[in-house]
Amino acid sequence: MDQVTTTPLRSAVGAEGAVWFAATNAVPRVESEIQLRSILASLSGVDAVGAEARAAKLATRSIKRASKLAALDLAISMVDLTTLEGADTPGRIASLCAKAARPDPNDHAVPAVAAVCVYPDLVASAKRFLGDAPVAVASVATAFPSGRASLSVKLADVAEAVAAGADEVDMVIDRGAFLSGRLGQVFDEIVAVKSACGSAHLKVILETGELVTYDNVRRASWLAMLAGADFIKTSTGKVPVAATPPVALVMLEAARDFAESTGEVVGVKLAGGIRSAKDAIRYLVIVNETAGSAWLTPERFRFGASSLLNDLLMQRLKQRRGAYVRPDEFSGD
Amino acid sequence: MNDQQLDQSRLGGFAYDPAPESASLARLADQYGLFIDGAFTDPAAHQQFATLNPATAQPLASVAHAGPADVERAVVAARRAFDGGWSTMPGSERAKYLYRIARIIQERARELAVVETLDNGKPIRETRDIDVPLAAAYFFYYAGWADKLDYAGFGPAPQPLGVAGQIIPWNFPLLMAAWKLAPALAAGNTCVLKPAETTPLSALVLADILVQAELPPGVVNILTGDGATGAALVEHPGVDKIAFTGSTEVGRLIQQRLGERGTHLTLELGGKGANIVFEDAPIDEMIEGVIDGIFFNQGHVCCAGSRLLVQESIADEVVRRLLRRVEQLRVGDPLDKNTDVGAINSAAQLARIEELTRAGEAEGATRHASSCALPAEGYWFAPTVFTDVAQSHRIAREEIFGPVLSVLSFRTPEEAVAKANNTNYGLACGVWSEKGSRTLWVAQRLRAGVIWANTYNRFDPTSPFGGVRESGFGREGGRHGLEAYLDV
Amino acid sequence: MSDRLDVRKTYKLVVNGAFTRSESGRSYEVTNAAGEFWANVAQGSRKDLRDAVRAARAAQAKWWAATAYNRGQVIYRLAEMAESRRAELAEHVAAAEGIDPAAAAASVGRGIDRIVWYAGWTDKVTQVFGGANPVAGPFFNFSLPVPCGVVGVVAPEDSSFEGFVDAVLAPLATGNAVVAIASETRPTPAILLGEMTTTADVPAGLCNVLSGRRDELAAALCTHEDVDGVDLAGAGDAAGALAVLAAGSIKRVLRARGHGRAGDDARRLRAFIETSTVWHTIGQ
Repeated sequence: MDQVTTTPLRSAVGAEGAVWFAATNAVPRVESEIQLRSILASLSGVDAVGAEARAAKLATRSIKRASKLAALDLAISMVDLTTLEGADTPGRIASLCAKAARPDPNDHAVPAVAAVCVYPDLVASAKRFLGDAPVAVASVATAFPSGRASLSVKLADVAEAVAAGADEVDMVIDRGAFLSGRLGQVFDEIVAVKSACGSAHLKVILETGELVTYDNVRRASWLAMLAGADFIKTSTGKVPVAATPPVALVMLEAARDFAESTGEVVGVKLAGGIRSAKDAIRYLVIVNETAGSAWLTPERFRFGASSLLNDLLMQRLKQRRGAYVRPDEFSGD
Repeated sequence: MNDQQLDQSRLGGFAYDPAPESASLARLADQYGLFIDGAFTDPAAHQQFATLNPATAQPLASVAHAGPADVERAVVAARRAFDGGWSTMPGSERAKYLYRIARIIQERARELAVVETLDNGKPIRETRDIDVPLAAAYFFYYAGWADKLDYAGFGPAPQPLGVAGQIIPWNFPLLMAAWKLAPALAAGNTCVLKPAETTPLSALVLADILVQAELPPGVVNILTGDGATGAALVEHPGVDKIAFTGSTEVGRLIQQRLGERGTHLTLELGGKGANIVFEDAPIDEMIEGVIDGIFFNQGHVCCAGSRLLVQESIADEVVRRLLRRVEQLRVGDPLDKNTDVGAINSAAQLARIEELTRAGEAEGATRHASSCALPAEGYWFAPTVFTDVAQSHRIAREEIFGPVLSVLSFRTPEEAVAKANNTNYGLACGVWSEKGSRTLWVAQRLRAGVIWANTYNRFDPTSPFGGVRESGFGREGGRHGLEAYLDV
Repeated sequence: MSDRLDVRKTYKLVVNGAFTRSESGRSYEVTNAAGEFWANVAQGSRKDLRDAVRAARAAQAKWWAATAYNRGQVIYRLAEMAESRRAELAEHVAAAEGIDPAAAAASVGRGIDRIVWYAGWTDKVTQVFGGANPVAGPFFNFSLPVPCGVVGVVAPEDSSFEGFVDAVLAPLATGNAVVAIASETRPTPAILLGEMTTTADVPAGLCNVLSGRRDELAAALCTHEDVDGVDLAGAGDAAGALAVLAAGSIKRVLRARGHGRAGDDARRLRAFIETSTVWHTIGQ
């Protein structure tokens, strides 16, 4: 296994107890699968009922007036505007990029989104269309969305995307390997992809809908963070169950605890099924009250979405106009 | 990330603007009478008293003070209603009245939530999401029993007791009224309900709901007043049954008063619940549960998890996380939908909390209070955690009935059980562990009427609630709750 | 005149599985129904009662830790012991209650049959009085009947054996320990049954039988704060005053309500159980 850092593991494992209270002040160096397994096994379990109840309770927060306007703008700035269709063309990418750079052409106060997210072969197009707009280009890679290819194919996928100018790479983990207990393989793949990313930021997609349990989500989050992920991300958007409030809660808890324990900050990206401004604001509340307001920045929190952006814009306009607006007020892409 | 994105990141931080529910939804009258024999009437002695909004200490309305003559009228009306048809009416008909009441509570839910929050000081989020929906649920649940009493496990054709005097506390005014009235009425009793002195208003709205439901006159009578009103009800020879929820001190007095006469009695009294946290607890959900266990309803909960018993191996980390979470609690305007912790119900209760917390410091415990700003008017107490607490300290033994948690530690499951049981109370306990086998082992040994495992402060009409030892006797909720109102 | 001189027996207290004279050293004479001397009986004191409560508290933990099946076997064993001493019990019941030998034998037979009946209850109580509750949420919620703990019994004054059996066996069958005050004027059948408990695998201290002045002992029983419940079946006119005393520590109080009312059996079984309700989350 590759070394992640040279800082020795101090108290993450060993004494009976859990890594969640062992502040190591550095990312522990993972040297063997047994060690990785013991770190993950020492994490606290998640009580599904409690996690879901907590998420539901946070969903009752009432965000009004100025705080709502601020939240809408913040959410816009956190969007990874995404198109991941077989039918994507450079033309479609062009309109997506225009929208990303200036979501509301009539209102320059609307922030640009954080990134556009495309397949590797469209990265170059996206870079070209965005020009010097303050929008990053993210590319899915590693045999997205299934992750079912050899490591060499996955690394070639990443290398191409990075060579084409991708600022961010969204990789998928091998869920089959994770679920069958081959944790070292999952870890090593992330380390290898991270290395292939060079200076590009790495988002690790856990595909939480296929991991099913919150315990798995927590362990996969830690695995990815230990392996060097810059972001942990819920979903590809290609399986029926994507981001949910309790999954977001568990991943944000993991990011918070990891930062406290190691000093390393990892971001969280939610993707799949987030379509309404109301949902987005609820997620921001979860971020605020779980990881804390330090995570309320596009550097640490993202929404991977397509139709969400228009609803955010519509709600934003409605707040300002005091009346509901037509969907056609904003462009489709 | 480029510069502009960094600029956008400064949007970070998320202060929620005030989101107050409208107080006008309460539709409060200036003055209320007593609800006797199906109508509001003036008290015989024409005495009124003010009920305050504890969040502002300002009066909300003027409420009638029932004296002995009013108690007499109410008991006579209840007796007449009992003999005049309520007890012999087919259960299926009684059921329909209770279903009606449940439905109207749902329909008037927002009004009830606002009334309760104004009068009690608890957050609107709780009255809206817990108190009021649960009150309706209790009526729904017991409505269904009214024509199925033969199947309740007490033998064929169980008979009601007669006139039930019901004295309820200020911490869940409407919900406690529902806990008392619903089973009593389902079983065929008639009722004289005495709400708490500081929180009479939701019961008076409920009286209006009973009128809307066309409940026959006298089946439920509601007497507002103080301790003297309650005492007159307890002493009245025409009352066949007393159900009391409140302090152990008053419960003991009532049991003594009724001992000679042998009047049926159930008591739901105080508690000093322990939340037992093992090192394999689901940490995040446990922290939420501990927080909810003591700060729900400002800690004005008889089953509050007011003692945290945490395994020594994780005690420091649990306290660290707990204090961080306490700091996050939003304390303030109870009508604000984002408020987590509201006002202390009365000046007297605030004085008691302050007295006990002073004693905690004097005995050597360390006080950690939330740094939250408290409103200048009204009765407020910052959420507080005490560490360095010894089992012998008053704050570890006496019921504080406020937002104050005492943290103690243990080393083994046996020690945890011994410490949890080392109290004269026995109402509720929590157990937090991912190891089911040990959880059941602990649950089996805890002397408590309710044990929450990996959760806390959950209530449901199907689930019996009540204490052992000096936390009282009798159960409310479920099939077991019917026993309190049947002559079996 | 018989061939040999009788060996007379002094009837002692049964406390913590042992036969003790009262720590006070006092005893009193008990007569039969005709007013003739019947036996010398130890006169228990408040300190004897205190010792009995302490023994009962310790024994109750062991009793409840045993399986319900095991508790049933122990109570059934008690019936077997009583069966083998039926004649002796009948002789005492006849003397105490002034009934003819056949009626006394029948009464003892009914009493022993009741013990068998209670033996069968130990492993049914949980199912009959407990259950699962369908709460509106992802929780498994169940209610279990658990014993109150230590139950004080003021045994019926008149029904020296049958009445005693019901008052004592009901709390035992539901997992409690008992401190019983035998009928003051007719104590010997109760004391005999107490003796039998010591040979029937009943844990020492689980079933304590005190004889003596009922008013004195009952008051001490009702004021003792470590007694969880009291059955005032034999308290007569004193029941009200005793109930007031029992309120001092919020005891559960079972009052007599006239003979032979339907539902009394279940009422007695329910009287000294607490319903303990457990919630557990259900999740993956």
